Parts: sequence; structure tokens; C-alpha cells
Amino acid sequence: MSVPLEHDYIGLSSEAVPSMEGSERSSSGGLNLNLKATELRLGLPGSESPERDNGVGVLKSLLVVSGAKRGFSDAIDGGSGKWVLSGNGGSEAELGKGGNLFSPRGVNGGGKGGGCECNNQNTGLGSPVQKDGVVPPQSPKPLQEKKPQLSAPAAKAQVVGWPPIRSFRKNSMATHSPKNDDDAEGKLGSGCLYVKVSMDGAPYLRKVDLKTYGSYMELSSALEKMFSCFTIGQCSSHGVPSRDGLNESRLMDLLSGSEYVLTYEDKDGDWMLVGDVPWEMFTDSCKRLRIMKSSEAIGLAPRAMEKCKNRN
Amino acid sequence: MNLKRKNPNPDPSSPDSDESTQLSSPFPDEVLERVLSLLNSRKDRNSVSLVCKDWYDAERWSRTHVFIGNCYSVSPEILTRRFPNIRSVTLKGKPRFSDFDLVPPKWGACVHSWLLVFATKYHFLEALRLKRMTVSDESLKFLALSFPNFKALSLLSCDGFSTDGLASITTHCKNLTELDIQENDIDDKSGKWLSCFPENFMSLEVLNFANLNSDVNFEALERLVSWCKSLKVLKVNENITLEQLQRLLVLAPHLREVGTGSLLQELTPRQHSELKSAFSNCKNLNILSGFTEVTSIFLPVLYPACTNLTFLNLSYAVLQSDELSNLLIHCPLLQRLWVLDSVEDEGLEAVGSNCPLLEELRVFPASDPHEDEIVHGVTEIGFLAVSYGCKKLHYVLYFCRRMTNAAVTTIVQNCPDFTHFRLCIMNPRQPDYQTGEPMDEAFGAVVKTCTKLRRLAVSGLLTDLTFEYIGKYAKNLETLSVAFAGSSDWGMECVLKGCPKLRKLEIRDCPFGNAALLSSFRKYESMRSLWMSGCKVTMNGCRLLAQEMPRLNVEVIKECGNDDCQADKLYVYRSVAGPRKDAPPFVLTL
Repeated sequence: MSVPLEHDYIGLSSEAVPSMEGSERSSSGGLNLNLKATELRLGLPGSESPERDNGVGVLKSLLVVSGAKRGFSDAIDGGSGKWVLSGNGGSEAELGKGGNLFSPRGVNGGGKGGGCECNNQNTGLGSPVQKDGVVPPQSPKPLQEKKPQLSAPAAKAQVVGWPPIRSFRKNSMATHSPKNDDDAEGKLGSGCLYVKVSMDGAPYLRKVDLKTYGSYMELSSALEKMFSCFTIGQCSSHGVPSRDGLNESRLMDLLSGSEYVLTYEDKDGDWMLVGDVPWEMFTDSCKRLRIMKSSEAIGLAPRAMEKCKNRN
Repeated sequence: MNLKRKNPNPDPSSPDSDESTQLSSPFPDEVLERVLSLLNSRKDRNSVSLVCKDWYDAERWSRTHVFIGNCYSVSPEILTRRFPNIRSVTLKGKPRFSDFDLVPPKWGACVHSWLLVFATKYHFLEALRLKRMTVSDESLKFLALSFPNFKALSLLSCDGFSTDGLASITTHCKNLTELDIQENDIDDKSGKWLSCFPENFMSLEVLNFANLNSDVNFEALERLVSWCKSLKVLKVNENITLEQLQRLLVLAPHLREVGTGSLLQELTPRQHSELKSAFSNCKNLNILSGFTEVTSIFLPVLYPACTNLTFLNLSYAVLQSDELSNLLIHCPLLQRLWVLDSVEDEGLEAVGSNCPLLEELRVFPASDPHEDEIVHGVTEIGFLAVSYGCKKLHYVLYFCRRMTNAAVTTIVQNCPDFTHFRLCIMNPRQPDYQTGEPMDEAFGAVVKTCTKLRRLAVSGLLTDLTFEYIGKYAKNLETLSVAFAGSSDWGMECVLKGCPKLRKLEIRDCPFGNAALLSSFRKYESMRSLWMSGCKVTMNGCRLLAQEMPRLNVEVIKECGNDDCQADKLYVYRSVAGPRKDAPPFVLTL
């Protein structure tokens, strides 16, 4: 599960260490901020911890008098703690979730030490909201003496509002997965899984959230409701070649019968018949749905079977 | 019709007139007003109003459009008292970082209190443009019913309303010319609002519903387009098919700006050629956008329409480099281009080769950078290629995964006229990937070379040196955005002391504390606003600032109950309206 990362400037708080390992912290929803001296200086990250594969910038915390200029090299050595980003990152559905980012900052003198329980954190960081990669917990102890990392780390920690892309655009990114994307899976996250549904001859496209259905039956009946209107004579007014006046039950016959089949495009870009694989596998790999005329769907079934066999 | 001035100035030639009128211009007021009414630039008008009392008065009576960059900097009462004849208002609300979820919901910036005052004082209001404001359906209904001449509504990045509110507008605003709904957090219930336009509605010139998802009634849309002969801008949403789009284009070949709907359908050859012909008949077409779910098959349809294109917005289109390249060959006059980084460096090389008149380039990330294990996207190579080919480039927004100091230095040598340079290296604090050094020299080169620079956004690994450069060289800088940068208070101090034209400073997650905040506190009165989040300022520092500068609103957004000493998010802005009266509990005004 996703773990909210903590800020631990100097590593003086030992409680931060073990609790970062486990997920208890995330379940409690709280964040322990260890407040240290006011003039805490953030070191430059430069280095990434070797065991970390999420590439969060690691900062050394230095106690330096405010106002003094610090060179880059100063920042690398001598730190004894690290600063870790926390946040719930691009959660597209939750606009204005409100900065759950606890950023590094100066702390009180006298080590008030206590945790800082933030209620917002509970709402902001739930597993449904954290739509992607788990950020593995880090041990704050080791000094980071590495030289600056020269390449971008493979996986990055979630930072609220970073990179600075408007929520609207982020939502679009989630629903329009890139064509050559190898890792579309999981991109849409556990919050919602919108895919487009088109029907041959229908003037509109729809979007459905696959997460709201638990089985093929539910999906199928929802689609039938959605697209039945296109078969009830309305199509003719949109300039689409009109169909015979059809009602819902006829559509169901159509879908379950021979005239239309429900197909989907999977991660590899292949069009498969819906229903061949277990539901979970289907939702994981489905990128787009299409209600296709059966005449065009000839040849799909064997491929689907083959693919399943290959995967098995 | 303008309200008449109540107290005409005394005759300047009369011996009783005081010195001020003797010194003022010998023009009658009406002439002065007439002359000043020709002034459109805000800056000019503000300068004019400072000349003398006569000019101040003449200017205020003749101003018809007002721009308020921060809705809390002035109150509607003060505004309407000063400017009695306003027809058009632009209001901006929340701090810009609210676009990135850094401002909690229900922060404020509600338009309703403004509308209440406008209803009595600006009865003839025609245009309202809102950005980052909270707008409710009730407000929209009130707007629709209170202003008989209302013509233009533009909502960008707003929240709090639903499509029901839009229905109020389309139902009641008989003179509506513009409805522009962009990138809002809207409760999209249905497309019925479009059907609420009256039967013979003819006045629409701008219709943008590209960002609304609900289906609209196509018949109603078709009727609208065929009746509105002055329609210049039509941006439809994804649910409009290509066939429908073709029909709309045939009805309105005079369109200047088109936003396409869904491009997912497969076209028969006949449909293909019909659509191509419809596009090529749009002789006035300058701006194209939309393109969600674009396919290669579709793009050639556009080629004939591209000859006169000046702005191409492909920022929702996941294109590959060759697709972009083939398209750009047909766009020789392109001045503004927005793309996704799926086009990669090769795509940007095509930009450099084909678009010599390019002035603005924005490259957005195509996929969530947090997710992508594979390093796609653009690098310094693409940016360099553009700079070699597009000498007129002056506006760039560039999201990339790596950059070097050398590349940026070359880029600004190629294009020294940058006014807006917004570089986002997506991994925070990433150094120059070739040398491992900070990116200080890159931004140093930018500010040294680009003397006209007005807006700058920095990223990558940066020390205080970057800010020394900025303070020393960026004399025209007005907006600065900083994230995950700097080494000490000194950095921020350099900027505050060095940039005389600075208006907006927004900072997140930097090691700037009270010393920096307080180093030039008088500066903030010459600025629109300062935002600092995730920095090291404390409540005491903020209180000190508030004490020293009573005409500033010093607000702290507190989200964490137990932590009394840190100022999580600080928002400082000048205001003649005093402290906010509508602040929610989590906004503390110091």
C-alpha cells in the first residue's frame, strides 16, 4: 500500500525510523513531523539513497546560520538526515485536495518533537486516491555521501502539485493513455478506470468507469442501457443511416445475439472479444471498448483464444 | 450611454479657479474624456490617472473595461465608486498554485458578492471574465437575470458550478455573444444547457464547450450554428463526431477558430473527402484545437486547412513525431504551437524545420511523469532544434526530463528575445545531466541574454547563484515561479532587492525563511502578491511582516492543527480593501 512519506530533518527522532518501514503509519493516517531548530537548513539533494528506487531527492539537513551563502559542495557533505517528500500526487478526481505536501521547513527550537497529526492527511491520502506506485519506505539513517545523481531516477515519489500541470490536463492524461504506452496498466489507478466505448454507427462515444462494475453481466447491461437509445430511431435525426425502430430488448438480443459483439482493445493494441478472460484480467488490460458489428468481428475469437493460451 | 459627471470642473479661465485647474489642460472635460476613452491599455490608463486630478477624473469616467488581478485587492464598492461606467470586468481569484492543488477547497474568491454590487452599479454590464474564481449556479442565475445587456461570459479554471448554471445563462441572456467554458472544475450533469438557447437565437460569436463531457443535442447545436452568422469561434466537445463536425463546418465556413470533437471514428473515403473539403472551405481558419484521440488517418483531412493556421493546439493529442512532422509541413505560418511530449525530440526538430514564424511553443507531458518508468518525452535536443529554426521564439513552456546548461545557453543565444521562459525539468532538483552541476548557469544565461524577459519559471538543481543572477540581470522580470530551488535566504533576498518590476513571486518548497521574507518587506506593496509554501517561514515571521506593513494582507493557510509555529502556506498581497471578510477558518489573517 502506499505509504505517506515523512519528513525527518535530522534523524534525531528515532520513532520515525521503524515506523517508516511499515504501513502502520499510513493506516493511522498521521504524519510525524519532527520539529527541530528553527534555523534548519536544507541541504541540496544531489544524491539519492542507494537502496531507494523511487528517486526522491534526498536532502541533508544542516544547521547553518541563516543568511550565509552556501556552496553546492557544502551541502552534500555533513548532513545527517534527509528530507522526504510526501503527498498524494496527481489524484485527478480530487481537485483542490489541498496541499497535503509537508515540505521541509524550519522547526522549533527546543525540539517540540511531537508528531503533527493532520486530519487532512487522512482524507488526502487513502489508497483509492494514491493512484500509482507505492513509494517504499526509507530508512532515514544513513548519511548520503554520493555524488550528484546524473540521471533521473526510475520512479519518483508523489509530490502534490508537481509537475505543475492543471488538474484538468492531468485528468485528460489519465483517460487518454498514450498510444505507444507500455505501462498503461495501473496508470489509471485504483480510483477509476475510464475507458471509451464506441458503437459502430452511433453518433456519440461514451465513457464508462470499469471499476464500477464487478462482472461482465453488469458491464453488458450498463452498455445496453447506454446505447439502446441509438437504436430507437433517434439515429436518423443525426444523419446516421437510420435503423429500424428498435427497443431495448431488441438491443439486448442484438448484443447477445449475432448482430453486434462487444470487443475491446487491450494494452498491446489488439482487439479482443470481451468475455474470454477473467474479469479482473479484462479490467487490467482493457483500454477501449467497441461495440462492433459481428461481420467485422470475424477472426477475433481465435486470436483471443490464442493470446490467452500464450499468456498461460 | 455614459453616466454624466456630477460635478463638472470649474471653467479653467475663470479667475476664481484654483491653481490646479489653471495648471491643467485647457481642454474642456468632454474633450479630455473623449481622448482618454481611446486608450485601451491598462498601464496607460493607470499612468494617465496619476497626472492630475482632472485627468484622474476624466480617466475614471471614460474607463469601460477593468482588470482586477487579485479579487481581494479591492472591494466591489471601491471599484464601482471609482469607475462608474464599466461594461466589462476581468477578475482573477485564487493564487495560481491553486491550479496544482496547493490551495484547499473553499478558500474563497467567490464572485457572488461582486455580482450583487454590479447589479446595482453596473446595470449595463456586458462582459465578465473570471479566472480561478468560485462561481455557483446561483451566481450564474443571478448574473443571467440581472444584466439585460449581458453578452460575454468566460470561465477559466473556476469551480463551484454545474451545467445547470450554464443553462441559466443560455436561457436568459438574450444578447449573448460569447460563452467560453474552459478547464473548470464543473459538475457536468448534462448537455441540456445548449438546448436552452431560444429558438431564433442569432448573436453568438464564440462558443467553447470543449471541456464539457456531457452530450449536447446535436440538432440544437446545428440550428444554433446555422442561425449565428457571426460565429467566429466554435470549440465542440469530444462527443461531437467527425460527421457532425463536417456538417457544422459546412454551415459555418467563416469560422476563425475550430475545436474538434472526437476523432475516433473511422471514415469512409467519401466521408474523408467531405470532411477535407469542409475544412478547406474554411478560408478564415486561423486556430485549431481539440484533437483528442487523434489518429494518423484523420490528420491529412486537415492539411488544406492548415495554410493559414497561426495557432495549433495539439496539447490533448498524443501524436508521434512523424505525424506531427507531416502535419507541420502544411503549416508554414504557424506562430503558436502547443504539443505533447509524445512527439519527442524528432517532432520538435520538425517544428524547427517547418515553422520559421513560430513565436510560442508549449510542450506538455503526455503521461503522468510519476508513472512513467520509461523515459519518453523531450530533452534538450528538441529545444535546441526549435531554437535553431525558430528565431522569433519568445514564449516557451517546456516540460522535459533532462536539460543541460550548455543547451540553454545556446538556446537563448539563438533566441534572445524571450519574454516568457518557463522551463520545467520534471524531476525536482535534477542537475545538468551531462556535467552533474546545478542548472544555475542555464538560468544565468537566460537572464543575461534575454533582456526583455517578463516571466520566468525555474527548475532543476539550483543554488543561490541562480537567484543572484536573476536579481542582477532580470530587470524587466514581472513573474517568477520557483520550486525546489535555492540554498539559503540569500537567494530570495537577491530577487526581492534586484528585480524592480517584480509583481508576482510564487515559491514552493525552497529553503527560504523569515530572514528572506522580511528582507525587503516594503517590496510587497509594489507587487501583486507573494506565495510561499513549503518554505521555512514561521508564524512569527509572518506576524512581523503584518505588523510592519498594515496595507498588506498577510494570510497563512493552516492545514495542520497541532503545528502552531510553521507557516505552511503564506499568501501576501496588497489590498485597499483591508483584510478579507470571508476568510474560511483555515485562512488566518495576521
